This record gives sequence, structure tokens and C-alpha cells, in this order.
Amino acid sequence: MEPRVIPNKQEWSWRGFVLQWEWLLVVLILIVFALNASLSEFFLDYGNLRDATMGFLDKAFIVLPMVFIILMGDIDISVASIVALSSVTMADLYSHGMPMEWAMMVCLAVGTACGWINGMLIVKFKELSSVIVTLATMIIYRGIAYILLEDQAAGKFPKWFKFLGWDYVGNIPFILLVFAVFAVAFGWLLHKTAFGRKVYAIGNNATASRYSGVEVDRIKVVVFTLAGFMSAVTALFLTARMGSSRPNIATGYELEVIAMVVLGGVSTAGGKGRMIGAILAVFLIGYLRYGLGLINVSAQSLLIILGLLLIFAVAIPRLKLLRSPVRKA
Amino acid sequence: MSAKIAKFRELGLLVFIVLMSVGVQLRNPSFLTWENINDMITNTAILSILAVGMMLVIVTRGIDLSIGATLALSGMTAALAVSHSPGLSPLAAIGIGTGIGLVCGMALGVLVAWVNILPIIATLGMMNVFRGLTFESSGGKWVSAHQMPDSFKNIATGSLLGINNLIAIAILVYAVAYYFVSHTRTGRRIYAVGSNPESAAVSGIHSARILWLVYTIMGGLSGLAGVLWVSKFASAQGDTASGYELSVIAACVLGGVSIAGGVGKISGIVLGSVLLGILNNALPMIDVSAFWQMFIQGAIILIAVLINALVKRGIDRNNLMRRKI
Repeated sequence: MEPRVIPNKQEWSWRGFVLQWEWLLVVLILIVFALNASLSEFFLDYGNLRDATMGFLDKAFIVLPMVFIILMGDIDISVASIVALSSVTMADLYSHGMPMEWAMMVCLAVGTACGWINGMLIVKFKELSSVIVTLATMIIYRGIAYILLEDQAAGKFPKWFKFLGWDYVGNIPFILLVFAVFAVAFGWLLHKTAFGRKVYAIGNNATASRYSGVEVDRIKVVVFTLAGFMSAVTALFLTARMGSSRPNIATGYELEVIAMVVLGGVSTAGGKGRMIGAILAVFLIGYLRYGLGLINVSAQSLLIILGLLLIFAVAIPRLKLLRSPVRKA
Repeated sequence: MSAKIAKFRELGLLVFIVLMSVGVQLRNPSFLTWENINDMITNTAILSILAVGMMLVIVTRGIDLSIGATLALSGMTAALAVSHSPGLSPLAAIGIGTGIGLVCGMALGVLVAWVNILPIIATLGMMNVFRGLTFESSGGKWVSAHQMPDSFKNIATGSLLGINNLIAIAILVYAVAYYFVSHTRTGRRIYAVGSNPESAAVSGIHSARILWLVYTIMGGLSGLAGVLWVSKFASAQGDTASGYELSVIAACVLGGVSIAGGVGKISGIVLGSVLLGILNNALPMIDVSAFWQMFIQGAIILIAVLINALVKRGIDRNNLMRRKI
């Protein structure tokens, strides 16, 4: 093991600036736009683009805390199950007569609690990796969702609830505005606060961080709790857009979220990556999906493409083809 | 000390299995009938074949979430092959399925061993690739019972020397695996890489080769299991065995395979698989809704890994105390 040296502040150079991973993502997004526009005349229509953005932004909320988790060298594969459990709880309570506002609060509370449980288990049982803990809770949370609703769907939400999923403020989708607020908040938390710097420190060397007085356990619990909370936010928007909830919603979201984060240049070894990369990757994958959908690529082929994309996103930096000096945060 | 613990755990599992069987039998007398027992064991056979491969993967500190998809892809390919040429011998069908599984495993192994992708990420990605390929290869259609020749369906229902083929194959896999992990150099190296990768590398073990081998074996076994699965249920679908990898992981951690790597015994995973098989069979019999099964399985995994961790802590503390004196 060779020590990893992290300079306090990277010196600015043209080469470093141009070779940033994020530019690659920007170029890829442009390529996707160009290809899609040439393949289908409907792609560049503003209304279509706007609605497509509404369609894929729901899972983007989870991407934000997932960046923190992967930066710390951990992983959370239970997020999709948290989405399902909080959505199902909300729908079930509402259909049993609870006012919608309360049910939404409960939804957020359930998600937060699930995330907190993940964090506590990971911190209290350090022998266990986050992989196995969140694997177990992934099954448990979705299992509870199945116990609550069995194979039924619950819905018939009040009209105003659909606002979350379908409405615009001016000509901008409501969900996009909310996402922008959250993205700025999480970006600020990661890059401009001591908390964020500590997350990088933990990702680089958790033991050394602990000896340097970083409250590793507390930070981990906070980050996993945030992931739970943001999963519940996703649940709100997703449920509003679908108009009903069932235990199998959001299946496979964990794959997409993790794919977006690693494609965004966050290293699975921890300690490397930036928020902006992950956000760019959200839009890259989102528009890629939308474009492929327009030219009638089947959902199954999309699965294959998404899987390969995840593999390539992790593999390319490891093959040292594109190693740039600035990818260290 | 740890050998004692392992024995204790296996005894505990055995006692638990017996107690549970008696309890279920009291509630529903049709539980311990010959027919049902046979049904349970044949169901467990496929699970336990997969558990062998998964044990090796977990011993090297990895995890494989793609086996459900590998199983589906190989099963589907074998089913398509026999439905196109019904004259194909069952052995050839098994060969095709296992071959497809091996190829899947090799690809995964390269990603984990040489490209150095975390097993969870690599298998999560490949899971979707294999699952997508399964849908694509069949055009989204099922291959159902009437398209399969009897010879193919007989793989699962036929018997060898009075023992059901599935059980015979499982026993064979166990015997080979037992010899492989306890009595061959490569088998021991798997444990060496799992318990301490740095020392293994220093001792001249090619960790990458071992890792690759482990995922290849896992793929091959998933392929074999795929053919058996399709033959048993007489239908191949795009979503065959979706989520089955979780049962297999549950069987392993129940059987005492340590997620931290380096620990795992064949006898343990046999018991783990049997316990899980009985549980899956018994729950519907005592009127537990099918919707509880997922929760119970997750709870079992969590409790098993937590207990493993606590037991490990106890051992470590004892060792420390002894050194003090």
C-alpha cells in the first residue's frame, strides 16, 4: 500500500483544467444530444425535453447522498427498497384515512428512519461491510412493503398531490426546481463545509481520520440517514407521478443511482470525485435513456446498456486510459 | 477454538432444523410426508449447488449478485436449444447451459480479478447485462413445457440408482467441492487469498488467478443450476430466478460463511441450504402469507451476519484474555 498524498490546493493548470472528467461528461451529453437529434426529429422539442427531464429526475435525489456514501468507500444498495417502503407506507396510511399532509410527513420519517438504521448497523458492526448490511436491509425493507400492501396498489391521492410529479412553475418543472435546490445544498455541504472535507478524509483513510479526531461514526450515520431521507423524497415524487404505489416500485433504482455516481467520476475506492460530475451523469444517463426510448430501443436492451455503462464507468479510470491529475477532488 | 465454534454452530443449526420440523409437523401433519420431504430436498438441491459457488466467492471477500441472471440466461439458452432440436441429448443440454454459465463467470472474473472492479459493482452491472440478454435471446417469450422434449424434463424428474437426479448431482457437486477446497493446493489458496490477501501475495499466490477461477466456478455452477431449474419447473422465462441470489447468500451466511472472507465450510452451507429450503416449504404450510417470505429471508440474513460478528468478537476477546494471562 503506497500512501496517497493529497495536496492542500491543486495548482491550476490548463492541462489539468481541460483534462477534468467532468468535461468528458459534458462532451458525452453533447454527443447524446446530437445523435438523438439526428435520429429523431422530436428529441429537441422543448416540451418533450422538459417532460423527459421530469421523468428521470426522481431518482436523481438519491444520487446526491450516494456521492457521499461512495466517497467514503461505502455503498448503499437498499435505497430502492427505502423508496418502496416509504411510498407504500404513505399510500397505505392515506387510504386508511390519514390526511395527505401527515402521510407525506410519515413517508419522509420512514425513509429517514430506514437510513438511520443502515447507518447505525454499519457503525456498530464494523466487521460487516456496508454491502452485506444494506443487502440485508434491502430485502427487509421491501419485505415490509410487501407485507403492508401484498400485491395490491394503493392510490387515489388528492389532486394537489400530483402537483409534485406533473406541474410547472412558470415553464420549469417543479421537480427540477426542487432538485436544483437540493443539488446546491448537497454540493455546498460536500465542497464548502468541514463536514464535506471530513467525508473525503474518511474515504481516503478512515483509520487515520479517526486518529486525527474526525468523528467517523457520527458522519457515517448522518450520511446514511441523509440517503434514507432523500430516498423518501424520491418516493414522494415518484408516487405523485405514478398516481399510485405498489411494493415493487423503484425496482433497480439502486443500480441506476450507483451507475450515475460512478459515471460521474466518483471512485468506488473512496475519496475521489465531485458532486458536479454525478449531477452531469444524471442528465447524461437520463437523456440517453430518453433518446433510446424515442427510437424504440426495448427496455431489456436498455438494461444491457445500463449495465455495460456501469462497468465501463468503473473500468475506464482503472485501465488508466484517462487518468487526469485533477480527479482527486 | 474456532473449530469448536464451527461445530457448535452446526449443531445449533441441526437442532434448530429438527425443532422447526417438529413444530411445523404439529401444526400441519402433511409436512413430514415422504412426498413433501422429497419435494423439499429436490428444491434444496439447486439452492445448495449455487451455495457451493457462492461460498467460494464470499471466502475471497467477494459477493456475486449476478447468479440469478446467469442462471436464467443459461437455462433459457438450454431450453431454446432443446426446443429447436428436440433430439438433443439431455447431457448436451446440460453442457450448453454450463458452458454459457462458465462464459458469464469468466467475463465477470476478468472484471473483478484484472480490471479490479469491486465485486458488488461488477456483479450488479453484469446482472443487468445477463438479464437483458435473457429477454433478448427469447424475444421476451417463455419457453414452456410443451416445447420441451420429455428427455429434457426427465433431467430433473428421473433418477440415478434410485436417487433423484437433482439430489445425485448436488451430492456429486458437494463431493467434488469438498475434495477441491480441503485437499487440493488451489482450493487452499482460495482460503489464503480470502483470509489475508497481502500475505497470500507475499507467499507467491497469484490472487488474480484465484479470483478469476472462483467467479468462473460460480458461473459454471449457475449454468448447471439453470438447466436443472428449467428442467424442474418445465418453463424458462425472462425473469426466472430473479432475486434468487439473495436466498443463496442467505444460505451461505446461515451456514457460517464469513462475509469478512477466509471462513466457510461445505458442511455448514449444506445445513444452511437445508434450513432455508425447509423454511420456504414450511411457511406456506403453517399459513404464513407468501408476502412474509421476503421479510423473513432478509431478517435471517441480518440476524445470521450479526450473530457471526458477535461470535467473532467473543473469540477475539477470549484470545486476547488468554494472551494476557
